[in-house]
Amino acid sequence: MVKEMERAGLPTVHMCTVVPISLTVGANRIVPAIAIPHPLGNPVLDHEEEKKLRRGLVEKALKSLETEVDGQTVFED
Amino acid sequence: MIKIVHYINQFYAGVGGEDKADVGPEKMATIPPISNALKAQFKGEADVVATVYCGDSYFAENTEAALESILAYIEEEKPDLVVTGPAFNAGRYGVAAGNIAAAVTEKLGIKSISGMYIENPGADMFKGKTYIVSTRNSAVGMKDALPLMAKLALKLVKGEEIGSAEEEGYISRGVRVPVWEKERGARRAVNMLLNKLNGEEYITEFPMPMFDKVDPNAAIKDITKAKVALVTSGGIVPKGNPDHIESSSASHYGKYDIDGVSDLTAETFQTAHGGYDPVYANDDADRVLPVDIMRDLEKEGKIGKLHRYYYSTVGNGTSVANSKKYAEEIAKELVADGVDAVILTST
Amino acid sequence: MKLELGLIKIEDIQFASESKIDGTTLFVDKETVKKIVLEDEVLVSCDVDIAKPGESVRITPVKDVIEPRVKVEGTGGVFPGWMHKVDTVGSGRTNVLKGCAVVTAGKVVGFQEGIIDMSGEGAKYTPFSKLNNLVLIIEPDESKDQHTYEKALRLAGLRVATYLGELARELSAKEVKTFESCTIPEGIEKYPGLPRVAYVLMLQSQGLLHDTYVYGVDIKQSLTTMLMPTEIFDGAIISGNCVSACDKNTTFHHQNNPVVEELFAEHGKTINFVGVIITNENVYLADKERSSNWSAKMCKFLGVDGVIISQEGFGNPDTDLIMNCKKIEAEGIKTVIITDEYAGRDGASQSLADADKAADAVVTGGNANVVIKLPKMDKIIGHIEAVDIIAGGWDGSLQEDGSIEAELQVITGATNEMGFNCYSAR
Repeated sequence: MVKEMERAGLPTVHMCTVVPISLTVGANRIVPAIAIPHPLGNPVLDHEEEKKLRRGLVEKALKSLETEVDGQTVFED
Repeated sequence: MIKIVHYINQFYAGVGGEDKADVGPEKMATIPPISNALKAQFKGEADVVATVYCGDSYFAENTEAALESILAYIEEEKPDLVVTGPAFNAGRYGVAAGNIAAAVTEKLGIKSISGMYIENPGADMFKGKTYIVSTRNSAVGMKDALPLMAKLALKLVKGEEIGSAEEEGYISRGVRVPVWEKERGARRAVNMLLNKLNGEEYITEFPMPMFDKVDPNAAIKDITKAKVALVTSGGIVPKGNPDHIESSSASHYGKYDIDGVSDLTAETFQTAHGGYDPVYANDDADRVLPVDIMRDLEKEGKIGKLHRYYYSTVGNGTSVANSKKYAEEIAKELVADGVDAVILTST
Repeated sequence: MKLELGLIKIEDIQFASESKIDGTTLFVDKETVKKIVLEDEVLVSCDVDIAKPGESVRITPVKDVIEPRVKVEGTGGVFPGWMHKVDTVGSGRTNVLKGCAVVTAGKVVGFQEGIIDMSGEGAKYTPFSKLNNLVLIIEPDESKDQHTYEKALRLAGLRVATYLGELARELSAKEVKTFESCTIPEGIEKYPGLPRVAYVLMLQSQGLLHDTYVYGVDIKQSLTTMLMPTEIFDGAIISGNCVSACDKNTTFHHQNNPVVEELFAEHGKTINFVGVIITNENVYLADKERSSNWSAKMCKFLGVDGVIISQEGFGNPDTDLIMNCKKIEAEGIKTVIITDEYAGRDGASQSLADADKAADAVVTGGNANVVIKLPKMDKIIGHIEAVDIIAGGWDGSLQEDGSIEAELQVITGATNEMGFNCYSAR
């Protein structure tokens, strides 16, 4: 899916847990997520902490969209 | 007697479905029905001496630790070969099955085979490191898969010559295998041309390598002015799943208005995805589709605008061809609506 | 244009005091053959030997393989531009000594030549293990440069093949094959419903030991042009190359071009075989662009529906192949390409240096990097020490016990890209 978005001219960031699959399917901007059933959350945290975690990930995703990349890039930190 | 160890997931081990996908690796006291079915295919030439399983989510999230325990369980048995799967089109199971088979061969020097559907991501990731028998996309293909896997397993253990992917039924390893044809190349070329001219099927002897990578688009200059859209393959839908998006092998995608929505709650949204434990997403769908954060960022002026619609599909078991088709349609609409960038979340 | 090939079956070669064909035996006067070779003052010594199918014999380094033929009716003579004037060949009748060949061997410019084994593992891969071969081992005047020597050796082979072909001038063949091609208006009138098909024959043209000649012209100096298919059977194209012997077309391959034969087999039945476009594989990018532009332009000009493109060699010619394919497909013409592969010894590497999605119908002659073991042979014709330095061999390829471990590419004609063989890869 990511590839088709890119092909249409939309810079796209893929937020996912299984990064190798994302690399195989050809995403260019990749932000690793937390876990498969809750990529952007963690139920063991309380609501506020969890939101903080999610905000951090989304901000990283936005940052990746503002970053020029040459090829497939995983935004680790 | 040839000794085989079988690796399967928690479902085939009889432990449970998605609700048990987080269980860790175990070696079973008695081998389960699927391992017995595999054993029957060896017709007395080989025995399944042990079955090891692991929850699919557990393996995906704790790959290194899980792999270590699984390899230890396998090594104890000193098998001649390890069979993993068949995983059909179950993505996490396929990745685990491929990964374990590859590791068994690479780290323990033990031969291995796996089985899965060609579009399973595990196939592409591990086809070069083990033999992956090509199966159908669901367990309906079990009765075809097991005999092929058993036959190839015996050949490997006996050190017999392995034929081409086509002959043996495994997914092409990306490795070129010598073959002798019945007809000379020039005749084959003429036959191929006649088929091509007549609009009939022809099979190239050398598929051109996939160079289907898309160059990254230029970065967004100023994200605070950009209109950002959310797309997910995690199946987040309004409560009640009004469009009846299938839990697996989705035949369509959903487009949903989130105008005025600032938080996805258990009362308003859920997941339609059947490939992972839905509890967390049903409890708070923001964990998959971060509408709450995007709204906050929009209010604070950190992004220009959150696009009024989000798009949702279910990645689980959906063919690559279909995913591509949905994505093309979605992308077209997003471009038409003046969207500048996309965040795509997957489970 | 109509050509009959009279097939004179040769099942044995023997030395004798007089050269002649008696029944199915070719008798050869060794001294006369030597004299014919040494007519050229560049060549200082020549030995002549015979290698038959099934014998424990290894020939190396092989330079060229040539089928003796003689033109008995029609204009011109075989190997026009070299052995005869440049009159247009390809019509009338040509007698063919079927089942034998002239093989030239010798030190040949120092390195990079092929192997022909007459029995064992290696014999499976080369079509020439099935022939009765008259082998010429030719050594040069060391003071001459490589180009001079290469040319002298090339022509010596043609002279001997022509001499042997002449022995069949008065013979009447029991088996005659007829090939008839038509002009464009004739074809349109006779076969209005059949798809029009051309053959794009790519010829190596990269320099010393990589050249091909058409009617005496070095094809690297020519723009893409056309031949009537039957001209090829009369030796219109001759080989001047043998480096990486597995996928180089010997003169024998040209004389027996299998694509031309198979297209003729369908001509008037399922297709209308329009003609052969010959194009080069030069070393400059501009040449590659220009030549492939002309291939596509000529295909369009001829109004064909489909083409078969055969490559010669590998590496940078992969680009010529892909350019031809892509540009011809872009004209709405359907293509099938014939190539071979260099996928590494384990078969896991990228097979071709270039690729394009337009090339969706590929026939392959196999992976030239496959490592093969060739048993020791009782008799060596040529220079066995060259095995360590020929393309596909490596230092140590020649084992102490006389066996050889090397890549398939050392075998003459093993992965031929005209589709001469049944060997392939998946």
